[in-house]
Amino acid sequence: MTAVTAARTLPAAVAHDAGPGGAAADIYISLPTIHCAGCIRNIERHLNARDDVASARVNLSLKRVAITGSHAVPADLVTSLQRLGYEAHLLDRDALGSARDGLGRDLLIRMGVAGFAMMNVMLLSVAVWSGATDATRDLFHMISAAIAVPAVGFAAQPFFRAAWGAVTAGRMNMELPISVAILLATGQSLYESLNGGAHAYFDAALSLTFFLLIGRYLDHRSRLAARSAARELTALEVQTARRVTGSHTDEVAVSALSVGDRVAIASGMRVPVDGRLMSPEALTDRSFLTGESDARRAEAGEILQAGEIVLGAPVEIAATAVGEDTTLRRVAALVEQAENSRSAYTALADRAARIYAPLVHLLALVAFLGWIAVDGDPRHALNVAIAVLIITCPCALGLAVPAVVTAAIGRLYRMGMLVKSGTALERIAEVDTVIFDKTGTLSEPGRFADLAGFSGTEKSILSALAGASHHPVSRAVAAALPDQPAAVVTDIREEPGQGMSGTSGGQSVRFGAGRWLGADFTGPGLRIGDAPARPLPVEQRLRDGAETALRGLRQQGLDIWIVSGDARSAVEEIADRLGLAKRVSAMSAEGKQALMARLAADGRKVLMIGDGLNDTAALASAHASVAPASALDASRNAADIVMLRDNLAALPGVISCARQVVRLSRQNLWIASLYNLVAVPVAILGFATPLAAAIAMSASSISVLLNALRIRSAL
Amino acid sequence: MNVLVILIPASLILGGLWLAVFFWALKKDQFDDPEGNANRILMDD
Repeated sequence: MTAVTAARTLPAAVAHDAGPGGAAADIYISLPTIHCAGCIRNIERHLNARDDVASARVNLSLKRVAITGSHAVPADLVTSLQRLGYEAHLLDRDALGSARDGLGRDLLIRMGVAGFAMMNVMLLSVAVWSGATDATRDLFHMISAAIAVPAVGFAAQPFFRAAWGAVTAGRMNMELPISVAILLATGQSLYESLNGGAHAYFDAALSLTFFLLIGRYLDHRSRLAARSAARELTALEVQTARRVTGSHTDEVAVSALSVGDRVAIASGMRVPVDGRLMSPEALTDRSFLTGESDARRAEAGEILQAGEIVLGAPVEIAATAVGEDTTLRRVAALVEQAENSRSAYTALADRAARIYAPLVHLLALVAFLGWIAVDGDPRHALNVAIAVLIITCPCALGLAVPAVVTAAIGRLYRMGMLVKSGTALERIAEVDTVIFDKTGTLSEPGRFADLAGFSGTEKSILSALAGASHHPVSRAVAAALPDQPAAVVTDIREEPGQGMSGTSGGQSVRFGAGRWLGADFTGPGLRIGDAPARPLPVEQRLRDGAETALRGLRQQGLDIWIVSGDARSAVEEIADRLGLAKRVSAMSAEGKQALMARLAADGRKVLMIGDGLNDTAALASAHASVAPASALDASRNAADIVMLRDNLAALPGVISCARQVVRLSRQNLWIASLYNLVAVPVAILGFATPLAAAIAMSASSISVLLNALRIRSAL
Repeated sequence: MNVLVILIPASLILGGLWLAVFFWALKKDQFDDPEGNANRILMDD
């Protein structure tokens, strides 16, 4: 794991330290667990006290710290923050893009303009409602028009654009009826004002715009936070490689490699391109590619895939596939295909709009034709039709779902969950099957050894033998003995796939597979001289909260599977410990995706939780997906939700929150419809006034917003 | 009714002033970290 972390943070460190003489560079570090004034003070004090940091400022809303004028290695700052007790992830400045939130600022300006115009027009309207007549009323209407027409033209543009997009694509969305209502209300009011009419709906058009812009902005803001943290850098593909030509090596860009080039790869580095192994043998970690938890041993002539990490001695390969042809890129292509198939999902709000918009427009048309038939006055008929459009509360309907989703996204963000897709919660609410990847998701990559029962001599021998090998079991044992001085062991030899042997104090000492030691257990063991071999408890470590999460998910009535690329024994071990009956092992990336397709064909809605490259296609093709923060960039991009905290315990909370979101959204749509049930007949009969419209609109919007806020207490 | 000649411009100017202050605050990044600002007020230093 250490090697993996180092490999993933290294490119960022290189990028930021590039300036000779340590030119000031901004560093952003994501701090998902900060939540209070104490956190801000601790972090800012700690960072500002460092000599190599000019200034640091925490942004609590985005949960990140911006560091300016730093000469420090960013990875050092991250570790020092972690030592302070905060979870910290380095963010790549280039990948974050500009720090300015252009769209958010644009929405805020439009919101300000709409709010200013609404307040003033509302004041003027109050005078009209109170009984202003003749010249005074016309004057007030004209002033309102002078404010409202340019304000609507500017502030409501986001809705017009979205509506136009839907029209040209032949779709139906909430923005379409909203835009029609705003435009017709403004146009009709302008006409009435110019012709000395009694009713103008400028205030309605403006408050509609203002309220909906608030919803838009909140929505944008919560998703911005998620998106920017999700852009966190992970460099799976190393950007440079060491090409060997004749007797000398040179550092070249990976894109400059061609088939047949010889590439040298140091220990702990990723393989840059697919290639045939030229060294006698290689030990590589493929857990991120295939989910296998054990290292793979390759012999000369075998193919190493781009993305594998070299564990043992440095190796040399001859490139067999570069650029778009590497296995890595082929998986990325698989992801794109899968994502296209999922975009077919229609959001709840859009489904409601499909029913609502034609219905409202039909009602308005009926009112218009009806009144022409009754009194033959097209102007009056048009006024009634527009009153129907305004009073059907597109405002409440437009707020109904976004208000709930925004409240929920904010709530989940505080729990350490980044919701990247607007419809993710609706899709998660429908889920009936949960599929977990194993390595990196349910279990930590690598292994964990408990050596409490061993004597000092045994430990010192273990330390010597395990320290001489790169095998994952050896590394776990070595990691469990950090301060143990190694015994003098001579003649150490590694028997590939079996274990290590040597001589200490005149006795033969061996550490390796039980069978190889002549014992009857299958796991690793230690044997000193002729004494019986002792088994070593080396096991996979479960991720924090895995048991709590599974208990919660089971209570929610979900069908839980474990589907892994790892070997059968490793999968069985974890599945047994978690009590999971449905287990699939040795699954390839394509196999996982095919399984998703098969389950979808059976009518199941699958929530996929995984982190590796072999999960990426499955994450993208599942009904909904979650990836941990430690996942690869590609996996996090494919997932709907990224878990920022290294703890699975919050997972059932996400599902209950998603179900609550759908329940409250439905309630909101019903509340909005209920208002319509009362208001529409009034409007059709021609009794609606601008005052009635203003009251109906505000009342329904406020009830919908208050209902949305219940999501906080529900969690 | 002559009072309207004063009151209407007055209300529009006040509203416009509010809008100008809002734009200024936006330009000065006052809305970038609402949660942090709410918490910083609790810090002594």
